[in-house]
Amino acid sequence: MIASAPRTMFEKIWDQHVVHQEPQKQTMLYIDLHLIHEVTSPQAFEGLRLAGRKVRRPERTVATEDHNVPTSDRHLPIADPISRQQIQTLRNNCKEFGIRLYDLDNVKQGIVHVIGPELGLTQPGMTIVCGDSHTATHGAFGSLAVGIGTSEVEHVLATQTLLQTRPKTFEARFNGTLAPGVTSKDLILYLIGEIGTAGGTGYVLEYTGSAIEALSMEQRMTICNMSIEGGARAGMIAPDQKTFDYLRGREFAPKDFEAAVANWKTLSSDDGAKYDRVEIFDAADIAPQVTWGTNPGQVARVDSNVPDPAAMSDASERKSAELALEYMQLKAGQSIESIEINRVFIGSCTNSRIEDLREAAAVVKGKKVADSVHGMVVPGSGVVKKQAEEEGLDAIFQEAGFEWRDAGCSMCLAMNPDKLEPGQRCASTSNRNFEGRQGRGGLTHLVSPAMAAAAAVKGHFVDIRNW
Amino acid sequence: MQSFVKHTGVVAAMDRSNVDTDQIIPKQFLKRIERTGFGEFLFFDWRFHPDGTTNEDFELNRPRFKDASILVARENFGNGSSREHAVWALDDYGFRCVIAESFADIFYNNCSKNGVLPVVLSKDAVNRIHQSVAAEEGYQLTVDLEKLTVSDSDSLSETFEIDSFRRQCFLEGLDHIALTLQHADKIDAYEQSLKSV
Repeated sequence: MIASAPRTMFEKIWDQHVVHQEPQKQTMLYIDLHLIHEVTSPQAFEGLRLAGRKVRRPERTVATEDHNVPTSDRHLPIADPISRQQIQTLRNNCKEFGIRLYDLDNVKQGIVHVIGPELGLTQPGMTIVCGDSHTATHGAFGSLAVGIGTSEVEHVLATQTLLQTRPKTFEARFNGTLAPGVTSKDLILYLIGEIGTAGGTGYVLEYTGSAIEALSMEQRMTICNMSIEGGARAGMIAPDQKTFDYLRGREFAPKDFEAAVANWKTLSSDDGAKYDRVEIFDAADIAPQVTWGTNPGQVARVDSNVPDPAAMSDASERKSAELALEYMQLKAGQSIESIEINRVFIGSCTNSRIEDLREAAAVVKGKKVADSVHGMVVPGSGVVKKQAEEEGLDAIFQEAGFEWRDAGCSMCLAMNPDKLEPGQRCASTSNRNFEGRQGRGGLTHLVSPAMAAAAAVKGHFVDIRNW
Repeated sequence: MQSFVKHTGVVAAMDRSNVDTDQIIPKQFLKRIERTGFGEFLFFDWRFHPDGTTNEDFELNRPRFKDASILVARENFGNGSSREHAVWALDDYGFRCVIAESFADIFYNNCSKNGVLPVVLSKDAVNRIHQSVAAEEGYQLTVDLEKLTVSDSDSLSETFEIDSFRRQCFLEGLDHIALTLQHADKIDAYEQSLKSV
């Protein structure tokens, strides 16, 4: 009776995409959608050329320019010659191999994980890969989306398949409801704090429960986006009416939409499906979160204090915390709200969509960014930027004293000119607080858009629940 | 891909967990379009001060690790970004093998595409290796992928696991794409089945 055994959503999608399986070997999975960008693709195309190989299905690969593009002065040529060459290389490769590209001159250009859903390319039931670890974002639609390296990018280009070891399944269930002021960013930071940055290694996470079902698609994307920060290569949420409503009418949504919806409705995990690991949380326990360390698992409630490494029983955890506090120039026991910041970054594939910008704008409307703070808002795509401007959000941000930029990854990874100076401390809506991530010597605290906006106004962290 | 069968070399120790790929190869070097020459940028922000001088306190800058070809760390090595540049940098710098208690998935995969062997050992075994490196300058290990062992000239002899497909690819230096293309008929058949839906 194996055929009728209840399956998880992951298992259904996996099973449907198996091209070939030999005993004791990795599974050859078919890839429905391949997203590429300028940073992790040039060596893959070069590999194809050296081996005399073609792109097997160019129509299944879509390219954008995001990681290293400037977010201002777009009318000028890219100033950094090495960045310019990398962008030009992507353009040449797309032309040579017949791949659709959203370049800087296209209003639909943006961060790869923002434009995929926005264009309706991302759909339930798909296998999606991209040479970027935050590819898990697309799992918010009930797809299996994983980040891959450049050799795997080349493999997908050449074969439209990927060799994968079957991961285990991990259900993270959030019962109850999030308190007002607590967002999906806080939920995922809380989870990573609970399971650790390697807690999901070897697993695909499925987020379930009433607190997840209550979220909008954009809020769900924020959660799936950071699955990798908990070590999981993929995170998924079952598609529902919100998913279908989001996709309806988008440029690349299926032509026969109702037939597609009927199929998508069969994807959810069956009742009684078994996960390899299950963790259950109460969403009401979650407070706004602020990271204090140099990985996303080093996180605390805003109404608490920086932890004391001496109180940590695990030697490895203690050492990591000591190194983190030294780098972050923080003292054990100081209150989170006492931490003063001088930079604010609202953007990234985690939190740069229209709802994120609305959330931040609502906080700063009619207020001013503190004199000591330099704030920057970077929309996730040209489409998000346009929408925000139609709603007047750009004016709210600029009147408050924020810079209003063009779309790109920007100061999430600081490959372009947007970066922290040594010693600058930033409230950031991005996904990684690694040493130097936003610029060498820069000090990053990960927070939700509302928390970042409030910190910009006050010059230090504040509990948004009291705003 | 370069093959890996058996390797003996000096061990460099990084007594840290969660060494992320942003540290292994900082972002300013990801703009290059080549696959080679990343070794000089390995751990750049840790190896060098902002003024460009060498940070003598950083582990890998110790003279005793100058010729190291095996790196031992702690837990969750290679977490973070999918950048394969991290593996290219380790390889180009001269590391043939990384030993840790655990690895991040994407980094582990990227190693297996480049002939840099990731070896998972128990916490106790990793501890012993760190102690031996601290105690003995020039401490060497032999990593034998045929026998699946890590051993030193004294009493250390640990076994490790790796899935049989990856092992075969490492041993023979196989090109994954060429292997997959041997099954092009199956990909064709799969794509035909998509059209008929």
